[in-house]
Amino acid sequence: MLIKRTSDILPSEITDESVYLNRRELLLKAGLVTAGVMAGQPLLTLGSAGPSGPELSGIRKSQYSTDEPLNSWTDITTYNNYYEFGTGKEDPSRNAVDFEPRPWTVAVNGECDKPGNYNYEDIVSAHTLEERIYRLRCVEAWSMVVPWVGIPLSSLIKRFEPNSKAKYVRFKTLYDPKRMPGQRRRNLDWPYVEGLTIEEAMHPLTLMAVGVYGRELPNQNGAPLRLVVPWKYGFKSIKAIVEISLTRKRPVSSWESAIPSEYGFYANVNPEVSHPRWSQARERPIGAGVFASKKPTLMFNGYADQVASLYAGLDLRKNY
Amino acid sequence: MKPGSTAFFRLTKPVVFLCCLLPLVLLLAGAFSIAGQSLGANPIEALLHSLGRWGLKFLLITLAVTPLRRLTGWNWLIRFRRMLGLFAFFYILLHFVVYAVLDQGLDFAAIVEDVVKRPYITLGMAGLLMLLPLAITSTKGMMRRLGKRWQKLHRLVYVIAVVGVWHFYWQVKLDTLDPSVYAAVLAVLLGARIYFALKARRRVTNPSNSFF
Repeated sequence: MLIKRTSDILPSEITDESVYLNRRELLLKAGLVTAGVMAGQPLLTLGSAGPSGPELSGIRKSQYSTDEPLNSWTDITTYNNYYEFGTGKEDPSRNAVDFEPRPWTVAVNGECDKPGNYNYEDIVSAHTLEERIYRLRCVEAWSMVVPWVGIPLSSLIKRFEPNSKAKYVRFKTLYDPKRMPGQRRRNLDWPYVEGLTIEEAMHPLTLMAVGVYGRELPNQNGAPLRLVVPWKYGFKSIKAIVEISLTRKRPVSSWESAIPSEYGFYANVNPEVSHPRWSQARERPIGAGVFASKKPTLMFNGYADQVASLYAGLDLRKNY
Repeated sequence: MKPGSTAFFRLTKPVVFLCCLLPLVLLLAGAFSIAGQSLGANPIEALLHSLGRWGLKFLLITLAVTPLRRLTGWNWLIRFRRMLGLFAFFYILLHFVVYAVLDQGLDFAAIVEDVVKRPYITLGMAGLLMLLPLAITSTKGMMRRLGKRWQKLHRLVYVIAVVGVWHFYWQVKLDTLDPSVYAAVLAVLLGARIYFALKARRRVTNPSNSFF
């Protein structure tokens, strides 16, 4: 594995590249807004806000980060698949505004020696936070580059002391239709469930994220705790986790149980295996503009060197 | 000013025309971030989906003209039908252009693969191809030349509407609420035709049924 020497400044601490590149446009917009205010009505609302929310401290850089250009805070926080807050891409950013992600408790159970209820602070404070800049590839054939902040899932799971019977890890999202209005419709079988093999869960790339852009996770991105599995389609990266179970049997994930012919347990990014209704060979990079072309999708989303060995001997066409 | 008079159409036709262009104007403003309009993080998808929905909406509006005319007795409504139908074609054609040029980058092989392998795209393409002869034969001259056959040909619009809504229904990932609303409206509009036809058949004294 290539380990690059990186500078001491986190990319997220520097002015967001898109803001920097658009400085003239921003000045122009500022001028237009001023003109609008003077004319007595807003001509324009500023669409692209910078990162906001409580800052996280003591973040360490990671050798696993990509150096590709980051998606903007606006892209990352307004284009979300999070059906608990609505099925439209912009629904979560609107409907999750009042969601209160604290206090938060995670129930840990199953094949482990340290089961119990862990509150958010118990879970996070024992670890050093890391920034992991990962590619994100959605099953809908679009992609982003996101500067997550989190803790390696392996170090978290080790604290629960899984026993030898633990072959899988099952995660559950909060079920609370009062706080998650999308759950009032039964389009998915709530609560949302996801699962990994124990090997996948213990892989160094697998992250339990608590933040993005150096800030606490915005609600629409899965606050306060979400999974990030960068070589799998985005729907595997379950949000707002309230339960972690170590199991003997393979869990059935929500999308798998909703439409088994289209979504499987593994959901590894694979340009050679099409979704029944669309091709997975190429992807649309979000934030590249109206005239940008699609780019080829990489096997395991470009993480093949690190994860391909997990699937040696497995027929990826059958185990999609 | 009397509805149906020459002066009435001289005023209302340009107004209706401009209203029909409004969705496109707003989308273009969004695509180029003009006047505070935005298409969000995935502008190509937003354009594609919005144009397709507007195409279907205009198709349904066009199909609503005849039932509305029957219910209200406003026969002048028929004079707007061609324009509305052509706007349906216009938005659906733009929907295809955005798909072929912006989404697929004119990758001919990828487009062929889509049409052959993905049933919802096969349906969409079939709908567009069926719309072509209707758009071409929409002129007064063509109506005159085709005579009775014109009406027969233009009944294809019922098939196109069904295919179009079906295309939408198959495209969505899970939440079929939106396409279901389109399907329900279409069912009402087609059901109205069946209802009126049955009523006309029963009324043997008045066989002048030119509804279908």
